[in-house]
Amino acid sequence: MSSRDFILDNIRRHLKRAELADSARAAVEARLRRPPRGPIPARAAALDHAGQVELFIAMAEEAAASVLRVAAPAAVPAAVAGLLQEAGLPLRLTLAAALAGLDWAGAGLETAVRRAENGDRVTLSPAFAGIAETGTLVLLSGPDSPTTLNFLPDVHVVVLAATDIVATSEDAWDKLRASGRALPRTVNFITGPSRSADIEQTLQMGAHGPVTLKIVLVGA
Amino acid sequence: MQATSLNFKENARQALHDRALQKALVNLRAGFPGKRAKAIARLPEFEALRDYGRDLKNHTLEHLDFYLEQFEARVVEQGGRVHWARDAAEAREIVLGICREAGAKTVTKGKSMVTEEIALNEYLEANGVQPIETDLGEYIIQLRGEHPSHIIAPAIHLNKEQVAEAFRARHTERDPGRPLESPPQMLKEAREILRAAFLHADVGITGANFCIAETGSTVIVTNEGNGDLTQILPRVHVVVASLEKIVPTVEDAMVLLRLLTRSATGQEISVYTTFSNGARRPGDADGPEQFHVVLLDNGRSGMLGGEFQDMLRCIRCSACMNHCPVYGAIGGHAYGWVYPGPMGAVLTPQLIGIDQAGHLPNASTFCGRCESVCPVRIPLPKLMRHWREREFEKHLTPAAYRFGLGAWSFIASRPQLYRTLARLGARLLRRLGRDGRIRALPLARGWTAWRDLPAPQGKTFQELWTDRHKGQRA
Repeated sequence: MSSRDFILDNIRRHLKRAELADSARAAVEARLRRPPRGPIPARAAALDHAGQVELFIAMAEEAAASVLRVAAPAAVPAAVAGLLQEAGLPLRLTLAAALAGLDWAGAGLETAVRRAENGDRVTLSPAFAGIAETGTLVLLSGPDSPTTLNFLPDVHVVVLAATDIVATSEDAWDKLRASGRALPRTVNFITGPSRSADIEQTLQMGAHGPVTLKIVLVGA
Repeated sequence: MQATSLNFKENARQALHDRALQKALVNLRAGFPGKRAKAIARLPEFEALRDYGRDLKNHTLEHLDFYLEQFEARVVEQGGRVHWARDAAEAREIVLGICREAGAKTVTKGKSMVTEEIALNEYLEANGVQPIETDLGEYIIQLRGEHPSHIIAPAIHLNKEQVAEAFRARHTERDPGRPLESPPQMLKEAREILRAAFLHADVGITGANFCIAETGSTVIVTNEGNGDLTQILPRVHVVVASLEKIVPTVEDAMVLLRLLTRSATGQEISVYTTFSNGARRPGDADGPEQFHVVLLDNGRSGMLGGEFQDMLRCIRCSACMNHCPVYGAIGGHAYGWVYPGPMGAVLTPQLIGIDQAGHLPNASTFCGRCESVCPVRIPLPKLMRHWREREFEKHLTPAAYRFGLGAWSFIASRPQLYRTLARLGARLLRRLGRDGRIRALPLARGWTAWRDLPAPQGKTFQELWTDRHKGQRA
């Protein structure tokens, strides 16, 4: 008997039943097809969209991310250049193909469109959604948005459209399901920069991932 | 790892006299409970989430075979492989096989208690594969040749001087004269050394906080990002997860995530919550070429349908140990195996045998704080009582204890005798007291060596009850 069969048999024997009968199976299959939501915190769900954007900013800042608002996508390169200058960083970044269409050279930035490599100090990726409840960014892996960009640099800059801010993580998943795209290899929820409290329970920023997380929020 | 749970009493005695440990435990008691309380105060829905989480876990366990098969089918559809392991030995064998096939020399590891349970590191090392722990706390204790003393804060028993000492002893390629006094200096050094490890590893091994049947996702939460670098840089990603990590849907995982992070560190959400769905896709510039999930049973299927099924709801948040007066006094190592605190006191006898771990369910004051903070409402004290009963049934309890219990039950089931002895006992104890206190008592020095016992005053409870009853009738 394979270990798979042994384990499944043992589960059924202890639950004192055979494989799920038709009606019981139909019930759990239906639950999988139409997942019920658990209790949804009112914190974000009770707000209008403008309120959710404000909450997103407050929660992201509480998690030690910084948020910079710009009016339109065309303003993103200049805003990013400003952030790098302010931080005393070279005007050089590795970015996701999804954002390659903006006029980076016009803002004086030297760019490479590829996955991140060790030594890349600043990277830039697009967010698929923002979750107001916790100030969380949702990033999807794919050819135009490699996951290494999210973890290897010192400074990670993420571009998020204000219209992509939703109330809860459940809403973010519904947005992904409705988008018609296949589930990507990796879905990253990111809330603030990397940190550790493993030495004497003292919180320190910048463990293995980015030391700094900057969000450029586009649109009102 | 070799269990030392049989030596619990001696372990505990040493822990109580370990000054460095006692200092570290102050940090624990001062930190986690307050952070949890603050986080919960901000979420009015928390109690409703606990009820929902309990019911959701129960539902999942009742249909565990179905959800495991669904999960497996989705992983396979996404180009991953699922391996089933009956026990620790089989799981180790599977992981080693994957490492060998990949020609792996080094593997990086995300934090995983289940790989502690199956003693994976020792096995890989013995077979020529070097495992490197990448969670900062896990890395520190690996350097020291220790095991975690806490399920989410593995190095909580150490102070920064001990960490610096370990770094100086093991990072011998570095300048011995370098400054290494502050935690930021140590973090920077560990970050640099582990970054190289991430880049050179052939295989990355992580655990899973959840496995989602609907999507075939494995989910991990971390604050450092080490679990992510572990899975996106090497060619092969191996997830080791025990059966009860399964949840039906993404929505269900969201409920448990809201409970988990608040109960664990008091965070609204972890910095990184990562959903991994199979191997690298066509056109992807990064991500692992192979994705494996090892589903470990190791006695869990046998807990279903019985008195310990409730324990399979556990989401490993650590709230029970963070609030336990026993854990808070002795730390995690005294428990002698992988899982400490109240959850360990229930799970360890199941995994290594009550004959090995009988002390653990007895190491409880039954104050009930663990149950009161458990996010999925596991009745931990009740489950510890079940183990005490099993221990008694198996004649594992000491003779004096069994004699005492036998004598008690003989007396307590004979009301006349009980009343007489209680009356005599109370009178006798009163005479032994001075100024209403008993400072020394034969056969009870274990108590009176540490504190005075108040001497009984007046009548016994039963006498008072009878008097009161008479008074009411008159």
